[in-house]
Amino acid sequence: MSDHDYRPKSKVGQWFNDRLPLLTLANHLTDYPTPKNLNYWWTFGGILTFCLITQIVTGLTLAMHYIAHADMAFESVEHIMRDVNYGWLIRYIHANGASMFFLAVYIHIFRSLFYGSYKAPREIIWIIGIIIYLLMMAAAFMGYVLPWGQMSFWGATVITNLFSAIPLVGEGIVTWLWGGYSVDNPTLTRFFTLHYLIPFLILGLVVLHIWALHVPGNNNPVGIDIKKPSKDTVPFHPYIVIKDGFALLMFMIVFAFFVFYAPNILGHADNYIEANPMVTPAHIVPEWYLLPFYAILRSVPDKLLGVVAMLSAILILAVLPWLDTSKIRSAVFRPLYKQFYWILVADVLILGYVGAMPAEGLYLLIARVATAYYFLHFLVILPVLGFKEKTLPVPLSITEPVLGGSPNLAAARNKESKIE
Amino acid sequence: MKNLFKLFSIIILIITSNSNSFAAEKVEYLKTDWSFKGLFGKFDRASLQRGYQVYTEVCASCHSMKYLSYRNLAEPGGPEFSEAQAKAIAASFEVTDGPNSDGEMFTRPGKLSDKFVMPYDNVKAAQAANGGAYPPDMSVLVKARGGGVDYIYSLLQGYEEAPSNVTLDDGVYYNKYMYGNKIRMAAPLSEGLLEYGDGTNATVEQMSKDVTTFLMWSAEPHLEARHQMGFKAIVYLIILTVLVYFSMKRIWSRVESEV
Repeated sequence: MSDHDYRPKSKVGQWFNDRLPLLTLANHLTDYPTPKNLNYWWTFGGILTFCLITQIVTGLTLAMHYIAHADMAFESVEHIMRDVNYGWLIRYIHANGASMFFLAVYIHIFRSLFYGSYKAPREIIWIIGIIIYLLMMAAAFMGYVLPWGQMSFWGATVITNLFSAIPLVGEGIVTWLWGGYSVDNPTLTRFFTLHYLIPFLILGLVVLHIWALHVPGNNNPVGIDIKKPSKDTVPFHPYIVIKDGFALLMFMIVFAFFVFYAPNILGHADNYIEANPMVTPAHIVPEWYLLPFYAILRSVPDKLLGVVAMLSAILILAVLPWLDTSKIRSAVFRPLYKQFYWILVADVLILGYVGAMPAEGLYLLIARVATAYYFLHFLVILPVLGFKEKTLPVPLSITEPVLGGSPNLAAARNKESKIE
Repeated sequence: MKNLFKLFSIIILIITSNSNSFAAEKVEYLKTDWSFKGLFGKFDRASLQRGYQVYTEVCASCHSMKYLSYRNLAEPGGPEFSEAQAKAIAASFEVTDGPNSDGEMFTRPGKLSDKFVMPYDNVKAAQAANGGAYPPDMSVLVKARGGGVDYIYSLLQGYEEAPSNVTLDDGVYYNKYMYGNKIRMAAPLSEGLLEYGDGTNATVEQMSKDVTTFLMWSAEPHLEARHQMGFKAIVYLIILTVLVYFSMKRIWSRVESEV
């Protein structure tokens, strides 16, 4: 941060800022030099902030009317849908907001994978991001339990039962999680409490995520280090603000379509049946955004190993900066990695698809192959690729490819040194 | 940019195919024109009123609707009975109230604020009266079934003679749209079962359509408000997006980068 020399113009501003440098912070956020070649994939950070705030605001409102009790939760949700003013709107925004949040976070993560944003010096940003993602999954899962429908109840039963795979203490942990010997009222009340808590943890981590981002600055599609501020950067305001705003509006149109015209398409019909411990649904499936991991879980025949595989699939991302040995960040200059990247995208989509299907026959086989490939990508392909791959020449600055991509690197280098 | 669209369309495809894959159990549901579908979809008022008649004269003897109140019948976006009509409907039911100052429960005619009267006192009573099967509450039934309105509409008309390779127990019926084809409910509708107040011919098809429309409303009482607001919201967002787009172009024209 090079803007320590900022001084507010007014006397009052100076007096305040000397005691609490909020104005310096505001100035830093407006002036923050951002690479000017960021494409629309970079707008999802802002979109995700919007999603988080939307979830918190609608969630607070819902919590004012919701009753966390096994006998009343389902009814209170219907009360919200019918009798609370615009309750249907708030609930549908919140329910579909979760899906939109995950859609955005997956794009955000895969953007990072494509452009190598997780590499030095941005490892901490990436790891905080993975923790946020884990917390999002926990929050979403517990939120899905709250309406106390059939899928809520049985989803909670299946997922909490995963802990019973832990040797020796597993059963004890499950009983402790449930607050009893099955998913019941104590489970619901603690899930509600945690569902309320987690978003604020996420909010705190988002602040750290952005703070850590503002130290090295944004990565960019070319993936090179740039001087800040320079000809390669633009101030965050107004350039990035308006661009993020435009992308956010496009995103909101999609969001609004789901909320107003297909509010239940992403949910499961069974969740409009009140939870009944005596009746098990034909297929128990998680929400769509958890399906790839559900597929990994089910593709391993052993329960404990399945849980281990599922957790590793997420945690392996945390060590990604050290698994990827390539010095080049952006896939634009990594012809081989680019291909493997798209295979990975397809692999995860396939996992998501088979996660929704019954775990048998061909589906199970596909799930196993896709699971194996998922780990192969991170554990073998990425480390080896860094040594073997012949990368394309990387430009020295962002301006260079923009101005015509001169292959004459020596000339460009000359120019650079003159400027210096 | 091309990849962007590719990825996005794949994601959307996966999401929608997932949700559909459970809904359709490989049976083609009967189709009809639902007035409430689409961007401007609204309920057919007359159909809702007829649907209420089918519900109350046929279904209500076994199926409860515990989340609905009589006042809902007069609210905008629903069957829109006049308040006097809704009051008369409510008053035609006996509601148990109390305890009074003597500590006794008593019955009185229903009021607008009362919930729909339940056919049975509790689930056990309902099961006992129906050969062990519990007739599900119908308040949100349409949303609680994979095929939604098309499924309910088809099911009501899906009763057939069982194929020779299917044996049915006593009190079980064959329905080609029911999951597993076996249903505990006897065919509830038959030609001329009731006489519509507005003179519409009460065919099985007509009654099915009316009562399903009614069930759609009972599950989504604010559907009309949602569609109206949705259209306004999306038009507003599109206009704003276009304006912001041009502002963005203007602002970014100061730097040589493309937006």
